Amino acid sequence: MSFKAQKYIFILFIIVFSIGVIEALVLSPEDYKQSDSVRIMYVHVPSAWTSVGIFSLIAILSLGNLVFKNKYFLLIAKSLAPSGLVFNIIALVTGSIWGRPTWGTWWAWDARITSMLILCIFYILYILSWRILENKTSVNKVTSLISILGLINLPIIKFSVEWWNTLHQPASITLSGSSIHSSMLLPLFIMTAAFVLFSILIFLMKYNTELIKIKNKGLDRI
Amino acid sequence: MISKKVKLRITFLFFLFLSLVLIVFLILKSLEENVVYFKSPTEIQNLSELTKKKVRIGGMVKKNSIEIMSNEINFVITDYKNEIRVKYSGIIPNLFEEGKGVVAEGFIQDRRFFIANKILAKHDENYMPPEVKEALETNND
Repeated sequence: MSFKAQKYIFILFIIVFSIGVIEALVLSPEDYKQSDSVRIMYVHVPSAWTSVGIFSLIAILSLGNLVFKNKYFLLIAKSLAPSGLVFNIIALVTGSIWGRPTWGTWWAWDARITSMLILCIFYILYILSWRILENKTSVNKVTSLISILGLINLPIIKFSVEWWNTLHQPASITLSGSSIHSSMLLPLFIMTAAFVLFSILIFLMKYNTELIKIKNKGLDRI
Repeated sequence: MISKKVKLRITFLFFLFLSLVLIVFLILKSLEENVVYFKSPTEIQNLSELTKKKVRIGGMVKKNSIEIMSNEINFVITDYKNEIRVKYSGIIPNLFEEGKGVVAEGFIQDRRFFIANKILAKHDENYMPPEVKEALETNND
């Protein structure tokens, strides 16, 4: 049943992603100041949003497991992590490529960029501890602790541009409105939808693999 | 509905989380000097003693302050309260412009004068097509 879901989500992803790419590269206008380099935003911002969102989910699921002892939560969290890491790396790399022509530097140790790098390290720690640790109870505890520690980093990422002087610009989209023109918001949101769909697709593949692994082990049911 | 064990777990996690947040907060608070990427001209004015170390100063490029010479550029960084004059020779980033954000890295000479060896442009959060920008400007005039 879930294999059918994978197929539908894959088709939907291809459609949304194609529309998003055409919107971002062709139909959307250039920026008054940055001209065409603004188009990096349509990859950079959605991937940053997706990676932060996925880590929040992982942390909430881990907390849920610690409270309610539902081990399916952990399995879902484990299967979510790879796509989160991939989008985190994409956000860092595209940010670097964008920073060079606009700011004049590939990298800056400012609070936003550094906290995003710390999130990347947390993702790597999280995924590695699933691989390294053999003991079931210790793997549950260690991965949950990593995700709770990483959860504290998330508001730091969000508010770093307000709390401290940073090279990174403050948020464009806030509760009171958007300082990005509506013609540029459209590709931004379509690309975000595409990245979320891609994450769901990878998640389903990972999760099904985990379920098959458990089935094959037979006795080792969760 | 919620069993006693679950309640205890929630309390435990709450205090664990609270203590971790406090620890992180205290660490960041004590490191504030280093977490900020740049200082404003006002902060440079208020320094008790001038540092010989490399610092970054950020603010706006003052309107009509850019002077371009054969191999150097002079301009003024302002935070609309205090100003500092900057001398620099080297590559200028694309977004460096009058009235826009800038971060200069280099050495303080005195409270009003700074020699930079690197200039970074600080972008603002506004994105719009050129036509919208023109329309906005004609409305303002």
